[in-house]
Amino acid sequence: MQTQYWLRLAAVLLLTLVPAGLILADDDDDDDDDHDEIGLVDRTHGASPRMLVPAGNAAWRTECAACHTLYQPALLPARSWEKMMTGLAEHFGENATLDTRTRVEITGFLVANAAGRSGGRGARIAETIPPAQTPLRITDTMYFKRKHHELSVSVYKRPKIGSPANCMACHPGANAGDFAEDRVKVPR
Amino acid sequence: MKSVKLALVAVLAAAAPAAAADSALLAKYAAQAPAKGSAERGRTLYSAVHADKQGRDVSCATCHTPDPRQTGQTRAGKPVEPLAPSANPQRFTDEVKVEKWFGRNCGDVLSRACTPQEKADFIAYLLSVK
Repeated sequence: MQTQYWLRLAAVLLLTLVPAGLILADDDDDDDDDHDEIGLVDRTHGASPRMLVPAGNAAWRTECAACHTLYQPALLPARSWEKMMTGLAEHFGENATLDTRTRVEITGFLVANAAGRSGGRGARIAETIPPAQTPLRITDTMYFKRKHHELSVSVYKRPKIGSPANCMACHPGANAGDFAEDRVKVPR
Repeated sequence: MKSVKLALVAVLAAAAPAAAADSALLAKYAAQAPAKGSAERGRTLYSAVHADKQGRDVSCATCHTPDPRQTGQTRAGKPVEPLAPSANPQRFTDEVKVEKWFGRNCGDVLSRACTPQEKADFIAYLLSVK
């Protein structure tokens, strides 16, 4: 009788813990406390390990968050940012032109902090983009697709979200580079 | 007659400071235009629908909503603060910012630059929305 109890307990534990372990075994979490989720170095050395805390660039913050989420430079390679910043008159169907001085300043910032230029997760993002490709849409990259593979396309069509480009709809800390999974809130 | 004129001047003097920041820019555009800014023409301009370069129907109201006192949103889903100064007193006080957005948005909506007359009419309309 006792043996049967222990056998049943062992079976239950095996059937729950092993699958749970397999499901949770994922390299989503960055074990390196010096680097945030997407590559820019966190100089607070782990004080806020899930947050991105660079000073950034004031012109970038003002101009590149006027119409959409402030997309982090480490999400695309330098060549993508260069291409995007020379084509602002046709920026995803809209005119986003800047005066030359501001454009040059922002381009410099983006390129310096692009995927592959700043270590951490950004290096991994750069590796998953074939050198022959110069994506302009972050949502086209394998990194983005892998991170969001659980979501069906219909989720993005919810009125409060609209499209995959609207990061801050589900990631309230997106403009600060915070994409921590436990802070995700997907609107109904 | 003199008392009427004095009364008129007094009324205008009282009203001037309130509208000073906005009307400086309006006055500047109106000076470059054939006629002074018309709120009526501005309202037509604001709500007229055009086909953009991608063939989509678009107007100023697309992002700024039909009621410029309301918060609008961009195509990417980001909120846009109200355009009417009565709801958002910062509007039309920064000439560089205003010129930047006229440049971009007239290009998107009208597929060309706005004329000084259109800019004056546009601001006149938005100043009239209380």
